[in-house]
Amino acid sequence: MARVAERTTDAVPQISLRGLRKTFGTVTAVDGVDLDVEDGEFFAMLGPSGSGKTTVLRMIAGFETPTSGSVILDGADATGLPPYRRDVNTVFQDYALFPHMTVAKNIEYGLLVDKAPKAERVRRVGEALEMVRLGGFGDRQPTQLSGGQRQRVALARALVKRPKVLLLDEPLGALDLKLREQMQLELKAIQRDVGITFVFVTHDQDEALTLCDRLAVFNNGRIEQLGAAQEVYEFPASAFVADFVGSSNFIGAHAAREVLGMSGSFAVRPEKVAIVPRGDTVVAGVPRVDGVVRDVVYAGAVTRIVVDGPAGLTFSSTVLNTAGELDVSIRRGAEVTLWWPAAALRRISD
Amino acid sequence: MRPGARLALLLSVPLLWLVVMYLGSIAVMLVSAFWTVNDFTGAVEQTFTFDNIRRLVTEPLFATVALRTILVALGVTVIDAVFAIPMALFMSKVASPRLRLGLLVAVTTPLWASYLVKAYAWRTLVAPNGPIAFITGGNTPGYGLAATVITLAYLWLPYMIIPIYAGFDRVSDSLVEASFDLGASAWRTIRSVALPLVFPAIAAGSIFTFSLTLGDYIAVGIVGGKTQLLANVIYGQLVTANNQPFAAALSLIPLAAIVLYLFAMRRTGALEKV
Repeated sequence: MARVAERTTDAVPQISLRGLRKTFGTVTAVDGVDLDVEDGEFFAMLGPSGSGKTTVLRMIAGFETPTSGSVILDGADATGLPPYRRDVNTVFQDYALFPHMTVAKNIEYGLLVDKAPKAERVRRVGEALEMVRLGGFGDRQPTQLSGGQRQRVALARALVKRPKVLLLDEPLGALDLKLREQMQLELKAIQRDVGITFVFVTHDQDEALTLCDRLAVFNNGRIEQLGAAQEVYEFPASAFVADFVGSSNFIGAHAAREVLGMSGSFAVRPEKVAIVPRGDTVVAGVPRVDGVVRDVVYAGAVTRIVVDGPAGLTFSSTVLNTAGELDVSIRRGAEVTLWWPAAALRRISD
Repeated sequence: MRPGARLALLLSVPLLWLVVMYLGSIAVMLVSAFWTVNDFTGAVEQTFTFDNIRRLVTEPLFATVALRTILVALGVTVIDAVFAIPMALFMSKVASPRLRLGLLVAVTTPLWASYLVKAYAWRTLVAPNGPIAFITGGNTPGYGLAATVITLAYLWLPYMIIPIYAGFDRVSDSLVEASFDLGASAWRTIRSVALPLVFPAIAAGSIFTFSLTLGDYIAVGIVGGKTQLLANVIYGQLVTANNQPFAAALSLIPLAAIVLYLFAMRRTGALEKV
């Protein structure tokens, strides 16, 4: 959030997409996307598969030509430019390391194509390897590396050209969970160091929230919501966003009128729903519903309790296992009361 | 039965076939190159002699024919590669799935037609009063070395296209995109990424075209006019001159050429990842 405030408003956005559309035959993959990504921003495009986020990334890189609309890079129209004329580099989902070249040759390739002098190439390849903590791996073949190491080589290869924008297509998708969490922190640190714009595509909302300054949530070829990570999570603009980014308890219009006495449909995050045995005292003046525990799921750090509420509603409440153990009275079949702060209730539609 | 015994039983028949029938026949042929023929009766005499090898080396005709044959084989290989590389690249990376299927069918269908029919078709095409002469106003290669090279290049082209097509198919699109992304033009990408990656496939195709040309005596007989290549000289010794040992000695030349060619390919590293 702080970054957004610091940004000067008169600066030209690093990437501007205007009315971007892309159709493949009869299928509309991207359906009118307008987007500005600022200089030095870590930006995420989040969405389910087929939502058009990868196609947008490929149009920024130049691998796809928009059916209509324009791609403006650093103030200049780049819509028709081939990928090799754009100051943009990509980390591919499958890393796309050249199998017939060593790690060092892979990283050197872009500099070689640009006809950089030998001494400079050697120095910059060395620096890039150090940056991704792969010093001494230059002579290895890509096949001799682990998934995480390949990922770093791909990162070094793209960053060695010092692009204005780095695009990452599901960069951590092929890594296992532990490695992914570690690489997330590294990616963030590297982005801070090099200070250039990172745009990454992911279907993993956790990853998007962890990494990005701002994100765009894609659905059916359109942007459903655009904003800072916290903003999108706390104030989802639609039922789709409320469900896709994190999870939500939905209260439809009919149930809202009946149970809460309010008009419109609402969503509330499970971690904001408190649960107490029926009859315990609850803070006055907050929304509350009574229900019966259907399931208690212990998941290590948290416990998830599923509750059958009135009017056919189902609630999920996530409780941090701070004390180590949940109140024993909250078990399957127990009668409970759920409540949440009034501010936690989000109106999804009128 | 123990797994080892079962495996041995399973492999024994093909192994027997390979060793006895295939390698055995070549070994017998090699040995017979050092035998001789009775001038009077024409019967093969199994007495060890270097006469055949001496004749091979001393008579300049054989060196000339050998050199010509190897040049024709290399020429056919180069021509096929020049045609096949862009064709295979187009088929695997540019053509729509429908067009790709159509082209694959077009490339492979001629393999179903008889070899003789195709050679005779070319004989008709290049004939002094044939269609090529008709269209170009008499400029036809006619029967001879040129027609032989053209016909052989035509006959073996599918053997070059198919492996290279498979080779390009294995080069994933993201590698090509990565090269573009890093600033390389299309030409640079072909030179630095695509060709090195399909080189093993080109080498595999070239082994087909090179060895098939070395062994061919029918096409040259049909469209070659008076042109002599190694294989039809060998055929002549075997059938016309009835000198099997000398034919065997002559066969050492294409055999050596193939072995040398394979070694040359191995030196380039092309055979390591096949």
